Amino acid sequence: MNTTVRVTMAALLCIGVAACAKKQEVKPQPEAAAPATEAAPTTGKYTPADLDTDACLRQRVVYFDFDKSEIKPEFQQIVACHAKYLQDRPDARMTLEGNADERGSREYNMGLGERRGNAVSSALQAAGGSASQLNVVSYGEERPTCREHNEACWSKNRRVEFVYTAK
Amino acid sequence: MRSFKFLLAAFALVCAAVATGRADAQGLTLDIVNGVPSAIPIAIVPFANETPGLPPSTDVADVIRMDLNRSGKFRALPRQDVVEFPTRGGEIKFPTWKLLKQDYITVGRVGDAGGGALRVEFELYNVGTQQRMLGLAITGQPGDLRGVAHQIADLIYEKILGVRGAFWTRIAYVTATGVGKNIQYSLMVADSDGYNPQVVVRSREPLLSPAWSPDGKRLAYVSFERGDSAIYIQDVATGSRQLISARRGINGAPAFSPDGSRLALTLSYEGNPEIYVMELGSKALTRLTNNFSIDTEPTWTADGQNLVFTSDRSGKPQLYQVPVTGGNPQRLTFQGQYNARASIAYGGKQIAMVQGNGNVYRIAVMDRSIGDQYHFVSPGDMDESPSFAPNGSMLLYAAAEGPRGVLYAVSEDGRVRQRLVLADGDVREPAWGPFRQR
Repeated sequence: MNTTVRVTMAALLCIGVAACAKKQEVKPQPEAAAPATEAAPTTGKYTPADLDTDACLRQRVVYFDFDKSEIKPEFQQIVACHAKYLQDRPDARMTLEGNADERGSREYNMGLGERRGNAVSSALQAAGGSASQLNVVSYGEERPTCREHNEACWSKNRRVEFVYTAK
Repeated sequence: MRSFKFLLAAFALVCAAVATGRADAQGLTLDIVNGVPSAIPIAIVPFANETPGLPPSTDVADVIRMDLNRSGKFRALPRQDVVEFPTRGGEIKFPTWKLLKQDYITVGRVGDAGGGALRVEFELYNVGTQQRMLGLAITGQPGDLRGVAHQIADLIYEKILGVRGAFWTRIAYVTATGVGKNIQYSLMVADSDGYNPQVVVRSREPLLSPAWSPDGKRLAYVSFERGDSAIYIQDVATGSRQLISARRGINGAPAFSPDGSRLALTLSYEGNPEIYVMELGSKALTRLTNNFSIDTEPTWTADGQNLVFTSDRSGKPQLYQVPVTGGNPQRLTFQGQYNARASIAYGGKQIAMVQGNGNVYRIAVMDRSIGDQYHFVSPGDMDESPSFAPNGSMLLYAAAEGPRGVLYAVSEDGRVRQRLVLADGDVREPAWGPFRQR
């Protein structure tokens, strides 16, 4: 957990800096993630309408590696724009729904989903959101989006979903 | 020749079970994984109908035969091989059963007990010595004839093996039916063989982790009906229930202490999942773990002195043990990349767990009395939630079959496995209940 938080914090320090020295970011970001890498507006404030129109804000899911809760570089931009939204809209509230894939035991996966939700919550707070705006719920492996028994499917289920409960 | 004949018989049994399984929503398939040379041959002669009316719809001998086979300890003579039909000890021609290589024989009859009840009388004989070992009568309502048959199977099991039978017990499990917004979760209770399923709770939100009270009257479970996890304790017979914990974060993995006065549980309101023990009378909490890892799935040892739990404090989930009075947890498992969700039998000598290696998750049993040796009792790949029968002779576990979950009952040596097809939809989270009071 300590490591998780530290890695998250370290990764967050890099946000906004185009080239980051961290090892895990040596790999070029995949082309497919292009919309996500579009910079959040640096001037002006987000409005609720942006949730439906802004290319970054419309993305509400962050995916994880197996048994991991580190936020991968390709999702840092999503975290950053939602953090800015929370900062711009102090009345906004968000529930982070943490999920795990089916492998292993259900209650351990409940813990894993929460750990992922907490990692995203910490990242959002470090980037401008406040703790009072954020709530973490873990569903463990109980709410899969995909039900096949293979990695392609599991990778879709290891996720945190951003759900705005107040905009 | 004998084993070949047995295989044929087993095959016939599987075919018959598959055939009936199609027709019956509660169908059962018995899967003999390997021959069980040590299984004891026993003949259960069809019970005579001595009621004034039609024979009861439940075939008592058939229920007993299936129970004994399922345990892996017995090899009941298939019904089609039963050539004579004695109904009383005096009618048994022992040479016939000796020829059929049977060690034991049970005969019985169902009669009218008045007031709508039925009286089931049965006798157990040793074929070799021709001595009567049991002669008893059990009275029950026609609707509970399966229950009576399970009690007879328990008595036969105990008389021959010296270990209390666990057929007359109940199991709890969770089903999920429907997809997307129409998904419905149900907490169910059924007989140990999957018959007589009854709904305990229904919810649109996930239900999980059912745990029996030691008296078998209550179930603790986790429900997401409030939006986040919460633990409830519900009376199975009356349906009345009590909210036990709905703290911020995870409220999970409830487990009753052996005396029923305390509940071990997992709570994360202090930051991350930790093991607590709650006094059910006062609701006072004692925290037992203090670690940045995920600590969850506490299970009591039979003496109520220790908890075995899952923790990833060493990197991956492994099993640890901690005294309920607190102290330093000791790691128990050192084989396998991933070990979680312990179920304990034989006073702590055997610990069943989900063991993951690569992408294969199987049920492993660690025997602490023989140097922590492991054996697998399930084939994988996605097996989980082991739960020992109260006598340790069998386990229930959940497995994936295509997009749905199914439950299996397996003998402790892993050699005899039966799939319980309990309902449509996805079945998971089995919990084997305690012994019932006769």
